[in-house]
Amino acid sequence: MDILKISHVTKTFGAKKVLNDLSFSVPEHSVFGFIGQNGAGKTTTMKIVLGLLESDQGEIFVNGEKVAFGQNGTNKYIGYLPDVPEFYDFMTPKEYLTMCGQITGMCKDGIAEKTTELLRLVGLDAENKRIKGFSRGMKQRLGIAQALLNSPKLLICDEPTSALDPVGRKEVLDILSSVKEHTTVIFSTHILSDVERICDRIAFLHEGEIAVSGTLEEVKNIRNGESIELEFLAEQDAERFLELYAGGEKTGRAKLLFPKKTERDILGIMECLLQNQIPIVRLERLEPTLEDLFLEVIGK
Amino acid sequence: MKQLTAFIKKELLEQLRSGKAIILGAVCCLFGIMNPAIAKLLPWLLEMMSEQLAESGMYITEVKVDALDSWTQFFKNMPILLIVFIVMSSSILTEEYQKGTLVNVITKGMKRWKILVSKLLIMFVFWTVGYLMDFGITYGYNAYFWDNDIALNLLFAVFGYYLVGLWLISVVLLASVVLKSSSGVMLSVGAAFAVSYLLGFLPAFQEYVPTCILRSNELLIGALHSNQCFGAVGITFFLTMLNGFLSVLFFDKKRIGVV
Repeated sequence: MDILKISHVTKTFGAKKVLNDLSFSVPEHSVFGFIGQNGAGKTTTMKIVLGLLESDQGEIFVNGEKVAFGQNGTNKYIGYLPDVPEFYDFMTPKEYLTMCGQITGMCKDGIAEKTTELLRLVGLDAENKRIKGFSRGMKQRLGIAQALLNSPKLLICDEPTSALDPVGRKEVLDILSSVKEHTTVIFSTHILSDVERICDRIAFLHEGEIAVSGTLEEVKNIRNGESIELEFLAEQDAERFLELYAGGEKTGRAKLLFPKKTERDILGIMECLLQNQIPIVRLERLEPTLEDLFLEVIGK
Repeated sequence: MKQLTAFIKKELLEQLRSGKAIILGAVCCLFGIMNPAIAKLLPWLLEMMSEQLAESGMYITEVKVDALDSWTQFFKNMPILLIVFIVMSSSILTEEYQKGTLVNVITKGMKRWKILVSKLLIMFVFWTVGYLMDFGITYGYNAYFWDNDIALNLLFAVFGYYLVGLWLISVVLLASVVLKSSSGVMLSVGAAFAVSYLLGFLPAFQEYVPTCILRSNELLIGALHSNQCFGAVGITFFLTMLNGFLSVLFFDKKRIGVV
């Protein structure tokens, strides 16, 4: 079943069309990477899903129920981590989580148990001071604890790692991948290495539309064929080979790159090398990277 | 109910830990003591200045002070207390918009009207307690030094200012729901007060605007009778309720977490 289904959603801010007939769905128990440039409409999409913004057209369903703008009932299924989570900084993490638990309607014992468990998960169990003095990474981790408090079916994280240092990022990603057994995670980002690390499905958002979507493997295979990189001993060998075998480009002193090649092409290249007795240092099949795809999607 | 108590607890904690509660309490106590103190000191002050005044041809014979002077002082200080209270309350919602702290609460499934009720309740309780402190201290000293019976319609005049305070609280709430900044909220409260005040100059509206019940000077000496103000009391009550109702209505469709 799809935990989230977005169909034909359009949103304009003034004259700017931020979302243009956006449709996609997220199946249960997946980690869904929502990728796009700054300003592509990721945050807008998330806020519409949460009922914080009103869409001009289209419908959204969370766990089969329709999302309404304003007082939104489907929020009980969702845990949300904003890009910069803000808390009542006069409270301690424990007080804050207790308040959140009461708001979301948990029983007293449940709150105490879950608060302790989550604070340990995010590494804040020893913090008894007020949130006021927290660093950005600590706030992000508290944000995750807060979002997971009511054991949501859907966890929405808006760029959870963008503002963090490498250590903080690793911690956040580890936490996110550790919760994926119990909940579906959607997280927006423009950091592609994060996506490759924990996502199993992705969607590229570009100019308010889904440009590419599918499982990580599917998306990587969209670019038909892989690139082949050849490194030669001498520069003149490289140039000679380029004359013999067209379709490549020079990327280094003695390096050639042949984009979009199939298995057969590789054998052809090898054959050509052998026939002409050109020695090489290395022949490598390059895996398609998300970065290539990303750049291709945004047309650069 | 759980949501409501949790949020009220948070509001209370905020007022206590931010020191706002203590400031308001201190200001109310100070005013409460100042009212009779100034009345008590008046003869002494005039005596000090009598020589100077005599030089300019004014002779002071005998200065008599009674509870009425203290009560006049009480009502003179009341606008300042109101302003202090409004300034302190003006950020009650706008600060949450600016910081983005409501996003977590709302996405946790908090009913929006409960946020407003909590805020309203906190303002109501603080205004009531603060006002009672100010009034109680002044009343106590006045009863000790003089006789409170001299002031006519006293309880009604005191109630009038209290009710106008409640009305302004409801304006704070409505303005906070509609606007984004606390300065906008303060301006709205000022504008609401000014409209009522200016309308009061027109004979047709005179007895029906909220500011009518602030005419304590006339009430205390009996120049204005309390039942002349009942219309204004009713209208003020109605406006307060209306503001509360509109606030809940608008807040349900308010964009939150979007700068």
